[in-house]
Amino acid sequence: MANVISDEVIDYVGILAKLELSPEEKEAAKKDMGRMLDYIDKLNELDTSDVEPMSHVFPVHNVFREDVVTNGDDREQMLANAPEAKEWQYQVPRTVE
Amino acid sequence: MELWQMTALELGRKIKDKEVTAVEAAKASLAQIRKVEGTVHAYVTVDEEGALLRAKQAQEKIEAGELAGPLAGVPVAVKDNICTKGMRTTCSSRMLENFVPTYSADAAERLTDAGAVILGKTNMDEFAMGSTTETSAFGVTRNPWNPEHVPGGSSGGSCAAVAAGECFLALGSDTGGSIRQPSSFCGVTGIKPTYGTVSRYGLIAYGSSLDQIGPVGRDVADCAALLEVLAAHDCRDSTSVARKDTDFTAALADDVKGMRIGIPADYLGEGLDAGVRRAVLEAAQVLKERGAVVEQFDLSLVEYAIPAYYVIASAEASSNLSRFDGVKYGYRCEDAEGLHHMYKKTRSEGFGPEVKRRIMLGSFVLSSGYYDAYYLKALRTKALIKKAFDEAFAKYDVILGPAAPYTAPRLGESLSDPIQMYLGDIYTISVNLAGLPGMTVPCGMDAKGLPIGLQLIGDCFKEKNILRAGYAFEQARGRAPLADVGRLTEAEKKEGEAR
Repeated sequence: MANVISDEVIDYVGILAKLELSPEEKEAAKKDMGRMLDYIDKLNELDTSDVEPMSHVFPVHNVFREDVVTNGDDREQMLANAPEAKEWQYQVPRTVE
Repeated sequence: MELWQMTALELGRKIKDKEVTAVEAAKASLAQIRKVEGTVHAYVTVDEEGALLRAKQAQEKIEAGELAGPLAGVPVAVKDNICTKGMRTTCSSRMLENFVPTYSADAAERLTDAGAVILGKTNMDEFAMGSTTETSAFGVTRNPWNPEHVPGGSSGGSCAAVAAGECFLALGSDTGGSIRQPSSFCGVTGIKPTYGTVSRYGLIAYGSSLDQIGPVGRDVADCAALLEVLAAHDCRDSTSVARKDTDFTAALADDVKGMRIGIPADYLGEGLDAGVRRAVLEAAQVLKERGAVVEQFDLSLVEYAIPAYYVIASAEASSNLSRFDGVKYGYRCEDAEGLHHMYKKTRSEGFGPEVKRRIMLGSFVLSSGYYDAYYLKALRTKALIKKAFDEAFAKYDVILGPAAPYTAPRLGESLSDPIQMYLGDIYTISVNLAGLPGMTVPCGMDAKGLPIGLQLIGDCFKEKNILRAGYAFEQARGRAPLADVGRLTEAEKKEGEAR
């Protein structure tokens, strides 16, 4: 069973993944994803109806700690990594007119 | 023997005995880097000045008696997805080209606390996605045994650096084989510990339920010593496990009498290179002669591990990599029309093709309408794979097989067909899905002069079993040699002459 990825699906994935694809990239992605899904469909050979999905191999629980600040003030170093900063804040393109 | 040729523990002893200083050791590594890095390109960043300063500080502490561990003063390298405070950490991506972390990963902190001297950051596949180190945004790393071949990946830089003598030990990370496969291709030893053994705090996440940091070294003892330093509970990683049995060097006994070793028949079948098969079976024979009970068995579900892995890892990657949006750190595009467009353009320009491919697949399998059919199906398959291993470990102490189906491919041969490349991870990937510890130990050379790696897999928390088997094998066969960088095989010399 060959998976055919439509333009609508790849556009939707682009929205979810926040990626902007050129027409060439889009065509390549459609082909790539179709092939990958054909391969992944192999999993349908397995009967997993009685199997619980396993997200972690060990039982994991929420880990809580007291809400106390332990790190120092790294504001300057953190902002040094920002593409744009102004008056100790991250600067982004205008969002509200 | 020259300084750079020693193992980490040999060097550590010499430093302790005041025959060598940490500064001399760092200088020896830096000299070796200068000599071979033009060929190998294992590093993204070499911090020469910082390394010498850190070596001086370590030496002072050693002399003051404040540092007495076996790795005090030993020069090491760190994979470039592990945060190092004040030292650029790129994930080999344009997205993080200028990112300087404000904190160190727990593993990097523990290295420094043990007195090891970080020389720099090693190259990798972008965001650890790849099996060849060719998806790095900062150029390929070449295999020290033959520069026409890849070092494997994604920890290709760490493994190549160790093999070429450009550091004594290195940190790698392993999500689907990224320590064990390049260790195999580069002829070095590497361990992927049981999930939860080494803190993931400060490891830039790819597939969080699969990622583990682990040691890469020149022999089993070096790796055991480093793992002992790294393994500790960390409250900053909610999946960190509090273990007591982390005295891994205690397992280095040359004794495998009565050890039950199983070889999955499926690991020796179709697709396995004949030379690799021969070397792995010879290694099994060595352990048998030393008293282990070795037999073949059927480990089921082997062919389902790769599709399950790519669903789970891509799903987690699509979520983990959503943080790269051009706001707080990393790359930002020019000329965006508004905030939303800035996100999209930044990500499209900042990520390479393989990363985009996996983010898109991950977004798709998590999207409504497909979540059950793909994502939950993969998690159910993971449960079955874990069960198959549980059954195997009821019968065996160690599972033995190849680390990879073939030796290092030539540069440029792998990326054109992603699925074919993914198939190369068939022996390593299920270990991550089941959270198990796995180790690669060099076990020979193929006809082209490229290293072959033996993989030893243990049950959860049973690193000591695989360390014991690996150590016994190494004692019988002798330690694997370092690469003679730049050496070409006879066939390639002829080929070169013909050209």
